Amino acid sequence: MTKPPPISGELERGVVAFGGRAAADLVPRRRVAGPVPWVIAIMIMLSTLAAGAALSLGNLAGSARSELSGAVTVQVIEADRQSRDAQAVRAAELLLGDPAVAAVRPVPREELVSLVEPWLGTGDAGAAIPLPALIDVQLSRAADNAEVLRLETLLKAEIPTARVDAQSALLQPVYAALSALQYLSLGLIALLAIASSAAVWLASRSAFVNHRESVEIVHLLGGADRQIARIFQRSVAMDAVLGATLGLGLGTAVMLLVANRFAALDSGMVAGGGFDWGDWLVIAAIPLSGVLIALMTARITVMSALRRMP
Amino acid sequence: MTAVQGSIVSFDNVGLRYGTEPEVLSDLSFTLFPGCFYFLTGASGAGKTSLLKLLYLAQRPSRGAIHMFGTDLITTSRDDLPRFRRRLGVVFQDFRLVGHLSAFDNVALPLRIAGVKEADVIRPVSEMLDWVGLAHRARALPATLSGGEQQRVAIARAVIGRPDLLVADEPTGNVDPDMALRLLRLFEALGRLGTTVVVATHDVQLLKALPDSLIMRLTKGRLLDPTGALRYPPRASYAAAPWTGTGA
Repeated sequence: MTKPPPISGELERGVVAFGGRAAADLVPRRRVAGPVPWVIAIMIMLSTLAAGAALSLGNLAGSARSELSGAVTVQVIEADRQSRDAQAVRAAELLLGDPAVAAVRPVPREELVSLVEPWLGTGDAGAAIPLPALIDVQLSRAADNAEVLRLETLLKAEIPTARVDAQSALLQPVYAALSALQYLSLGLIALLAIASSAAVWLASRSAFVNHRESVEIVHLLGGADRQIARIFQRSVAMDAVLGATLGLGLGTAVMLLVANRFAALDSGMVAGGGFDWGDWLVIAAIPLSGVLIALMTARITVMSALRRMP
Repeated sequence: MTAVQGSIVSFDNVGLRYGTEPEVLSDLSFTLFPGCFYFLTGASGAGKTSLLKLLYLAQRPSRGAIHMFGTDLITTSRDDLPRFRRRLGVVFQDFRLVGHLSAFDNVALPLRIAGVKEADVIRPVSEMLDWVGLAHRARALPATLSGGEQQRVAIARAVIGRPDLLVADEPTGNVDPDMALRLLRLFEALGRLGTTVVVATHDVQLLKALPDSLIMRLTKGRLLDPTGALRYPPRASYAAAPWTGTGA
């Protein structure tokens, strides 16, 4: 042959994708053997568990709040038993006459005694100590401060010893604790995301250094930064998808196991911590976010390293 | 300074220093025209490789102006440089083949980077490997190739995209005289197709083989051009060249 071979087709001069197997081959990887998929799997598993806990606690608090939102307790604090009982009956009558009251249930004396039994011991504690008469009241609307004050004013006009409390107010410390745990979970997720980014940053930087010679050749042959970054992103994406799938699977399995254990408690309050479809979507978004964070971290790492080339 | 009309590359008072060291290249002013063949010569340490690095855009000058394909490279953004690099072919002195890619994939690299479809890659790459006598070694990794074979792969990779400017650093240093001549004819043929060729060499036989070529002689970082022929060459030497220099 005496002349150079013809080149089929026109060379595209613009920046185009350098993709496919050919591009992937530039950064050969020993998948699974590297630490990145495993680190991401652990991070995603922990994030899934933290998110599951946050969602469950949120649901639990929400469920308790909605159950107690219209509930108030009326106490008649009177030392004389006969007078107390008469005042309690009158209080129930007044409450039933109020349009905001949906239901009234005077708490039986036996139930009161059983409530204080853990502290006062068995026997008729009520005989020795004057227990207040309790009335459970369910309102047809939320028992906010104004409503509680209105009912108390209504009752005190005839029964000065009556006291009205919103039941949800009694659980305020529990809500605060649940809320703190939710924030803790969110904080953990944020820390795990940062740790995952750091792991991917280290891995990308190490891969870049290991393949620097190949990268320089591609750079000098006209490879654009984003073409080269895409090669590393593709490699990290494979690792991230593998790790995220594994992490989600493990996290979900652990979560279901724990949920199963709590369900065995058969507690009404715990049942309120169950997931709806929206919650499952949030859980599903965790591995996707993990993969996106990994891709962005890899891109930023490689692009900033490439910027140091001429 | 603006680009010399019709030139493919022009340097105007270009200097290059690495860090705070003294200049390795000083006051370089020359013009390369389409389809012309240039030999770059000079003693070791004269700055040949540094000049080639400026030509294949692996370095930016410390001072002076460079125009390439009608565009001022000093003011060109870094993001635009890949478009220029794709119009260059480079034969590195140390070959710089990608170690884990086969000879075929190494030669195909410029085409793949430029986005040529895979179906359009196979034929030209196979023909190019055949032409440099390495068709039977297409699947071999660089480490299993001899020095001469690696050099031929590097040359095939440099010319596969039919570049507008071919820059070669000692391209025949590891091949036998017959193959050296054969490769020189390839460069010459590319020149006839409009490619400007710059070959850095110490090989006197090579210079003799192409007596009509222009010689760029570097001495201690300076280009010897007593007649000004490299800066303002006689029009006859490039008038027939096909490239019109309308920009990148």
